[in-house]
Amino acid sequence: MPLTPASRHLRRWACVLPLLVLVAGACSPGHYPQTTLRPLSDFARIGDDIQNNTLYWATGVFVLVEGALLYAIFRFRGRPDDPEPSQVHGNTVIEIIWTVIPALILAAIAVPTVRGIFQTNAIPTGDVLRVDVVGHQWWWEFRYPTLNLTTANELHIPVGQTVSLHLGSADVIHSFWPPRFAGKRDVFPNRETRLWFKAERAGEYPGQCAEFCGIQHARMAFRVRAQSPAEFQTWVAHMQTLGTKPAAAAPARDSVHTASAGATVRSDPQAAPPAGPTDPAYAAGEKLFAAKGCVGCHSLTAVNAPKGLVGPNLANVGARTYIAAGTLKNTDENLAHWIRDPQGIKKGVLMPNLGVTADEARSLVAFLRAHQ
Amino acid sequence: MATTALDQQRAHAAAGHEPTGLWSWITTVDHKRIGILYGATAFTFFLMGGIEALLLRIQLGTPNNTFLSPETYNELFTMHGTTMIFLAIMPLSAAFFNFIIPLQIGARDVAFPRLNAFSYWVFLLGGLFLNASWLFGAAPDTGWFGYANLTSKQYSPGLHVDFWMLGLQTLGVASLAAAVNFFTTVLNMRAPGMKLMRMPIFTWMSFITQVLLLLAFPVITVALILLMFDRFFGTNFYVPTAGGDPLLWQHLFWIFGHPEVYILILPAFGIVSEVLPVFARKPLFGYAAMVFSGIFIAFLAFGVWAHHMFATGMGPIADTYFSLATMLIAIPTGVKIFNWLGTVWGGSIQYKTPMYFALAFVAMFIIGGLSGVMHGSPPADLQQTDTYFVVAHFHYVMFGGSIFGLAAGAYYWWPKMFGRMLDERLGKLHFWLMLIGFNLTFFPMHILGLNGMPRRVYTYPEGLGFEELNLLETISAFLLAASFAVFLYNIIKTWRGPRNAPADPWNAATLEWTIPSPPQEWNFAEIPVVHGRDPLWEAKREHGGPLPEPPKVSGAGIHMPNPSYWPLVTALGLSAMMSGLMLIHHLGPWGIIAGGAILLFGVFNWAFEPAG
Repeated sequence: MPLTPASRHLRRWACVLPLLVLVAGACSPGHYPQTTLRPLSDFARIGDDIQNNTLYWATGVFVLVEGALLYAIFRFRGRPDDPEPSQVHGNTVIEIIWTVIPALILAAIAVPTVRGIFQTNAIPTGDVLRVDVVGHQWWWEFRYPTLNLTTANELHIPVGQTVSLHLGSADVIHSFWPPRFAGKRDVFPNRETRLWFKAERAGEYPGQCAEFCGIQHARMAFRVRAQSPAEFQTWVAHMQTLGTKPAAAAPARDSVHTASAGATVRSDPQAAPPAGPTDPAYAAGEKLFAAKGCVGCHSLTAVNAPKGLVGPNLANVGARTYIAAGTLKNTDENLAHWIRDPQGIKKGVLMPNLGVTADEARSLVAFLRAHQ
Repeated sequence: MATTALDQQRAHAAAGHEPTGLWSWITTVDHKRIGILYGATAFTFFLMGGIEALLLRIQLGTPNNTFLSPETYNELFTMHGTTMIFLAIMPLSAAFFNFIIPLQIGARDVAFPRLNAFSYWVFLLGGLFLNASWLFGAAPDTGWFGYANLTSKQYSPGLHVDFWMLGLQTLGVASLAAAVNFFTTVLNMRAPGMKLMRMPIFTWMSFITQVLLLLAFPVITVALILLMFDRFFGTNFYVPTAGGDPLLWQHLFWIFGHPEVYILILPAFGIVSEVLPVFARKPLFGYAAMVFSGIFIAFLAFGVWAHHMFATGMGPIADTYFSLATMLIAIPTGVKIFNWLGTVWGGSIQYKTPMYFALAFVAMFIIGGLSGVMHGSPPADLQQTDTYFVVAHFHYVMFGGSIFGLAAGAYYWWPKMFGRMLDERLGKLHFWLMLIGFNLTFFPMHILGLNGMPRRVYTYPEGLGFEELNLLETISAFLLAASFAVFLYNIIKTWRGPRNAPADPWNAATLEWTIPSPPQEWNFAEIPVVHGRDPLWEAKREHGGPLPEPPKVSGAGIHMPNPSYWPLVTALGLSAMMSGLMLIHHLGPWGIIAGGAILLFGVFNWAFEPAG
């Protein structure tokens, strides 16, 4: 069928259009859950505003200077036999002007920068929730000293309350980076660093280590779970029940007093674990957890959790979105796979392959899944 | 046999013949040959670094890719950075220092010709030493800035870090020896009448680079010695569990590392400042401002190191100082860019390949400079640092800047170095492939970085949105690689062609174009007398047109330094010492002692060799 020029034209556009949509999509921050360009906290907005201000100036300079360069490239095209152009050696007035103008632009960038430096370095006071962040090769430990709670790889925070992070490392230098909420803060084995932010919106957001820290630096992610104050209190109350015995076996505590909010909260009666001590797989898994030596590196208690363990705290591992610091989705299948072959999934991870059989892995999964 | 060959060569030289053959290259002390050796070696390392980059790009082309294992990826990105900085860009600049500086200042050689050969051999052996790590399956794997305490014995057992540390230490010796040499050469060996403010701008920028090398390399030397003591002799400078401080390494490294960035870019500034006036047929706009902005940039280079460390949490006072000092650098850099614009403005631009690369250098460097200003603001930098935004930034500076500048220099000086004109059509094809490939590879990294992709990750999961642009970058990286295939083809084609380059093919302004292409061993049969900044343009104006082709003359009566193999022996001794140090747990001190003995033997004979 012969094509009319118009339809040929259309066809060409029909090919280009999806490409344009793809490119536009790939350029939009909405495409990226880990973006820095859609801040969700006061701290992140300080940097974002400064970055936007700088970017506007930079774009202006870019357009003017590259425009002038392109103009010169086309306007002053010469031929070999053209007469010699006027031999200008310089112009003091122009040179002074183009030294002063950039200085003024830099001043326009420097003023908000200095203000932002002092704002971001301020030490938060008042109603703050303190969280101690410890970087480990290759996972994150989060301790809530005022709540006497410990968890790993998922940072639960309340929306609308400033969290004050005190950061350190158990081994090498890492960098804590929750892009929607704050920029990076390096963590050191021998000094404490600080970071703070107040989350504006509930949701689950990705973050990850940003300083190269060894073979599995790429697999050192975490999640920030920003929750409404009520939900957060519920979570805290639930976690307070994860004492020295595994969840279901521990005597249920009805209420706890949380230091941060100063309110008495009740644990959620609906949150029933999928398996319990009565399940034979659970019991087998509990035995294996000790017999295979898991217990040497992993604690199952959120309250009064021991410090300095090599592996992440597993008190609520059953409820987490990911396992192995963002490596795998937390499905039963993935968890079993991980238990059997951590070195195959995350080579060099400090968890050895322990020769767990498929059956044993199923039991361990049942046991761990109960730890919500 | 060696002595006989040397004697023959001396006789040859006395008769005015160019020595030929492998032995003449091994014993050469001629700055032009050493320049070519630097260029050929560095270009080979550049291709290796490029292949490493392509492997990295393949791995990142798709999420959760298993093309490379994590440890191989970590080795490759470490070696890519280390190779490109220390084995490619720096020695490519050194190739031009060697070949061009003595010619531009009207000298017959550098101040210390045998030290010059020594620098080259140490550089070659240091590069081979670093890359020998691949054969032992122990390539460095802690990043090109090797942050402590990841580099400690506890967290990096094995030879990976040892290869890196001792390799860099060796290369530092080469850089320092060369810097002493060129510093002295520029200060002491200029032709009569060439005052400092008449010096060609490439020589000026190279001279500033030598000052930076002299002041910056001792710092990395110290930092590496401390690391060496930690790793070999049980000290704890960077070991926190014993009271050491890993942050010390970061400060020491960046006090070296930031000037190093200008060591990499200033020579390219110089090249572009030579090429733009010649092809715009106008003198450099604001020569004095160009010189002093270069000096000012070099001065500021030592006061901004901690802008690499904003995320460490230094507190508001330090953040403010380092932020403002960093922004200050934009002023002299802006002056340079505006002066380049002023140079081509109102000119009669001749579009030859070197000019294409020089103009693209200006266009690309503007982008790298502007993203640099964006990092200068700590609250914003906390998001940008250690992401692909930074990777984009420094590739716009190092590739869009240094490599485009060096390519401009290669096309510009090729006829002078080899007496052959590179093919213009292939040159322009190289240019367009490189410009398009470069931008499609590196511009999307800005977007990925700001949208949350950290650097130095061997893979990324699905669902973070990184898939599309990473695939685009990977495909484009091969386009970029293809541009260098065109360049290689151009080199081979030109090599097979006739010697067709006249002494002054571009209607240039500086002294190197007054002598035959390629120059004879003694460069200038008669040392020129300089009366202005653009001596060749002035001579042509006086003559009322192009000068006649300079005749090839006999070198009888011109005193030139003798060839020598002692620099190579000395360099071998130094490398043997480094290897002995690495094997100290197997050989005890004997490897070091044997290497030291060779080194002393070399130095002794060097000292008592007749200078000719």
